[in-house]
Amino acid sequence: MTRTSRRSLLKAGAAWTGASALGFPAIVSAQAEKIRIGHLTPLTGFLGVIGSYAQLGVKLAAEEINQSGGIMGKQIDLLSEDSINPATAATKAQRMIEQDGAAVLLGEISSASSLTMMQVAERNKKVFFSTGARSDALRGKNCNKYSFHCDIPNTVMVNAVGTALSQKGMVKGKKFFTLTADYIFGHDLLKAAKGFFGSHDATLIGDELIATDVTDFSPYLLKVRQAKPDVRQAKPDVVCCNLAGNQVTNLVKQYAEFGFPYPLVGFNLNTGDAWAAGAGNLSGTWPTVWYHTLDNPASKAFVAAFIKKYGKPPENHAWIDYVTLKLLAEAINTTKSTDSGELIGYFEKQSQFDIGKARKAYFRSRDHQLVQEAYPFTVKPKDQMKDQWDMLVLGDAVPVPNEPLESIYPTREQNPCEMKA
Amino acid sequence: MQFAFLLEQVVNGLVLGGYYLLIALGLSLIFSVGGIVNLAHGAFYALGAYVFVELVRFTGFGAAVIVSPLAVALLGILFERFILRRFYTADPILSLLVTFGLAMVAEQAIRMIWGAAPVSAEIPQSFRGSIFVGDFLFSRYRLLILAVVAAVLVGVWLLLHKTSFGRVVRAGIQRPDMVAALGIRLQPYMTAIVMLGVGMAALGGAFFAPITTVHPAMGADIMTVAFVVVVIGGLGSFWGVIIAALLVGVIRGIAIHFEPAAGEASIYILMFLVLLVRPRGLLGERIEKFE
Repeated sequence: MTRTSRRSLLKAGAAWTGASALGFPAIVSAQAEKIRIGHLTPLTGFLGVIGSYAQLGVKLAAEEINQSGGIMGKQIDLLSEDSINPATAATKAQRMIEQDGAAVLLGEISSASSLTMMQVAERNKKVFFSTGARSDALRGKNCNKYSFHCDIPNTVMVNAVGTALSQKGMVKGKKFFTLTADYIFGHDLLKAAKGFFGSHDATLIGDELIATDVTDFSPYLLKVRQAKPDVRQAKPDVVCCNLAGNQVTNLVKQYAEFGFPYPLVGFNLNTGDAWAAGAGNLSGTWPTVWYHTLDNPASKAFVAAFIKKYGKPPENHAWIDYVTLKLLAEAINTTKSTDSGELIGYFEKQSQFDIGKARKAYFRSRDHQLVQEAYPFTVKPKDQMKDQWDMLVLGDAVPVPNEPLESIYPTREQNPCEMKA
Repeated sequence: MQFAFLLEQVVNGLVLGGYYLLIALGLSLIFSVGGIVNLAHGAFYALGAYVFVELVRFTGFGAAVIVSPLAVALLGILFERFILRRFYTADPILSLLVTFGLAMVAEQAIRMIWGAAPVSAEIPQSFRGSIFVGDFLFSRYRLLILAVVAAVLVGVWLLLHKTSFGRVVRAGIQRPDMVAALGIRLQPYMTAIVMLGVGMAALGGAFFAPITTVHPAMGADIMTVAFVVVVIGGLGSFWGVIIAALLVGVIRGIAIHFEPAAGEASIYILMFLVLLVRPRGLLGERIEKFE
């Protein structure tokens, strides 16, 4: 019979009390044998709609990984919250790392919030996967060693749509009027667009910066075409949308309302915004990173699992947060570590991942960009849609199969990134 | 030409102001009669939009845009009877809390019923596109909204000024004690005012559903502007709210014309200036019970 001495009992008790008082959440979570992963994405505000898809996607990935035995034999404990705004995103990211013991962070759509989370990641030396933010600047002048970028950057979206428009003869010698989201993402996208116009013999005749909370676009639309056609010399040939989230939906609806004759195209669109605009309102050529009709086994399996669980098809942010957690799990299982250095080393080897597209993707070592295919799309006529989700006709993947994937991505010179060791 | 463009923005601003008016007028009426700042007002606007989207598939545009506000107005009866009525004489902070809570509950309820993803509706083909009146460009659909707003305003004005119902309501705003002394119960009038107020908000929601994102938080978004309008116009003033709504629409249009970045800020600057000069709002009356 073992007897616990009164003294050792007291010692253990004191140690426990001391630990509790000082607070060692890491010890507590380690006992639970779980790997905690922090996920932040906007669930409210102008990006809330697409953010809620991202959350559904990442939850599905966590569930599937846990069902198949977890990571290194441990279950994933996913913390997923509303990032709200850049300041709150940073506070929550810090809390997830410091108090909740998150080993890795992922998520976000807003480039502004992603930027603050990147800084938190660097300060705490934890890996952060920025899943949905598209500003080139995040991969360029703001880049850091701990941050990885999964969505296609603005330059790629501009190239994807621009190539498709060029083929239709809608770029060379044409006059563009742009409407741009007034925050880091929009400014960055406008910069990429200007570069494209400049190199393709198109002119930008006007731009309006529009605050993210604007819901009524009528004054801006009047500025696009004030007075009768022909009265103003500088009437545009193409109107181009550089907006984000609900802004896109509102613009598309109100553009259809005013019934302007100039084709509306855009360098940014998420399928969630297209669905929200509804059949009969959207037209034109737009870019996307992924669509649920892509014909390959990995993509189809994901779509089927998503529909089974949620009763509706996934949006591109659901897909990107899903594949990010999956490839992260793959990396942790391969390196047998959640150590930031090990993980960074693994990804910087440019390991290839199946992300549900024809060609495999990899993180480019010099700027941590997930290099992958992109697609332009046009809109199906309403009478040809099978259901409310069947809105888009995907164009051919860019770049074309015999060209290197990196050919549509910004070069080292275009978007220089200096990572501090 | 520049002047014509500016004028076009002014006229467009008036149309937009008309739409703000639908939401702000009800808010102002409910406050004037019941002394309650209804923070849940935006929820009825959102409900109007959602019910419209739900109905339009079966009934077509015309019926949906009429039935949706009526349905929401009926919901207003329950809102008044079971919630607002308990707070008319209570500390205003309590009614603020309860309507704020209700706004959040309503937003989540919408999220549970219709999902977080937006739902969509279309403008009927006959109201698509723009027309030119002289040199001015108008969206046909917004002209329709303007006509409806004008009709509603005339109706509300006649109701308040030419009927015995309106006389009691106006007396109730100024001297509820005298109305009570005359043996008139204000409660049924209050129910009617709440129905009217939330019904107008729902009408705004229904008309804007085809041209804006219909999502659970849309009610919270519109409330800010509605409050600005009510504060600028002055509480309790029918004409004050009308002038303020139109002014807010016009100022925003002019600001966007000259300095787009100041577009959204302009209405708050306007509110600040008005409050600085006239803390009661443009046409705000002294209401004894709130003094």
